[in-house]
Amino acid sequence: MRDLSLHLLDLAENSLRADASLISLALSLQEDGALDVVLEDDGRGMEQSFAQRAADPFATTRTTRKVGLGLPLAAANAEKTGGFLRLDSLPGQGTRVHLRLMTRHVDCLPLGDLPETMSTLVLTHPDRPDFVLALRSPQAEGRFDTRDIRRALGPEVGLQEPEVMDYIKQLLIEQCQTVFGGLIL
Amino acid sequence: MKTLEELEAIRQKTLARISLRKEDKEEAVRVVIGMATCGIAAGARPVLTAFMDEIGRRHLRNVQVTQTGCVGMCRLEPMVDVITPDGNKVTYVKVNPEKARMIVADHVVNGHPVTEYTIGAAEQQA
Repeated sequence: MRDLSLHLLDLAENSLRADASLISLALSLQEDGALDVVLEDDGRGMEQSFAQRAADPFATTRTTRKVGLGLPLAAANAEKTGGFLRLDSLPGQGTRVHLRLMTRHVDCLPLGDLPETMSTLVLTHPDRPDFVLALRSPQAEGRFDTRDIRRALGPEVGLQEPEVMDYIKQLLIEQCQTVFGGLIL
Repeated sequence: MKTLEELEAIRQKTLARISLRKEDKEEAVRVVIGMATCGIAAGARPVLTAFMDEIGRRHLRNVQVTQTGCVGMCRLEPMVDVITPDGNKVTYVKVNPEKARMIVADHVVNGHPVTEYTIGAAEQQA
């Protein structure tokens, strides 16, 4: 993966496949350059024994073949900056992935196009689930929540309407720029 | 700054249009993009954005863009299936944003598959 935003899209795909109804992503940049990324879902979760093996490329729920690279690649990219990937999950309770990246490390991936990752997720799943993006840096905070947008639009107007899509894209770009703008991650 | 009030205006505008559209029962063309680890790593996200963008720009109302997982041909990603209402499916391989726009123009709008980008053409070369 070329950047962090692509990893996050990839990890969120796991949550979608776990049939989550709410997927929330929080990025929080600390003063010392540590970036904590927490992806939480309320999907079906997994047994602890499987969660422990999930960062192993040869652990997968797929029946078509024997490899799954999403988590192992993300873990490798976090670890090479001196960070980590932690996975907590319980059957029926959902899954939480915590990635820590030390952004001042020379091997840290750039953040990439986080708005595009979010809009891809939302716009290909306009009905379900809901998505939350919470952003924090020492300078600012930002938030995006599809539940707020749904509430404002009412039941008749869906997120897939072109004007709504445009609104979502611009809102995401604005939020990401306010919080991480001008910062090279 | 974007505000939730703006959504109220969008809501009003869209409601008016939805009521006009209710009669329209045309069946949708489906565009299915592979978004597994292999697809994403090969560039599926900008391809999906290009499809969405081109469909929006042309005001196409009967096109549905969805995603799928890995189909086991990772070396040919990004892969895109276009499924027309008659049930025909065309699989495109190694798609990039430019190819995506051409697929919308030629196949989705005008009904002519872009033969040179299909999996059949790729397999012949191999």
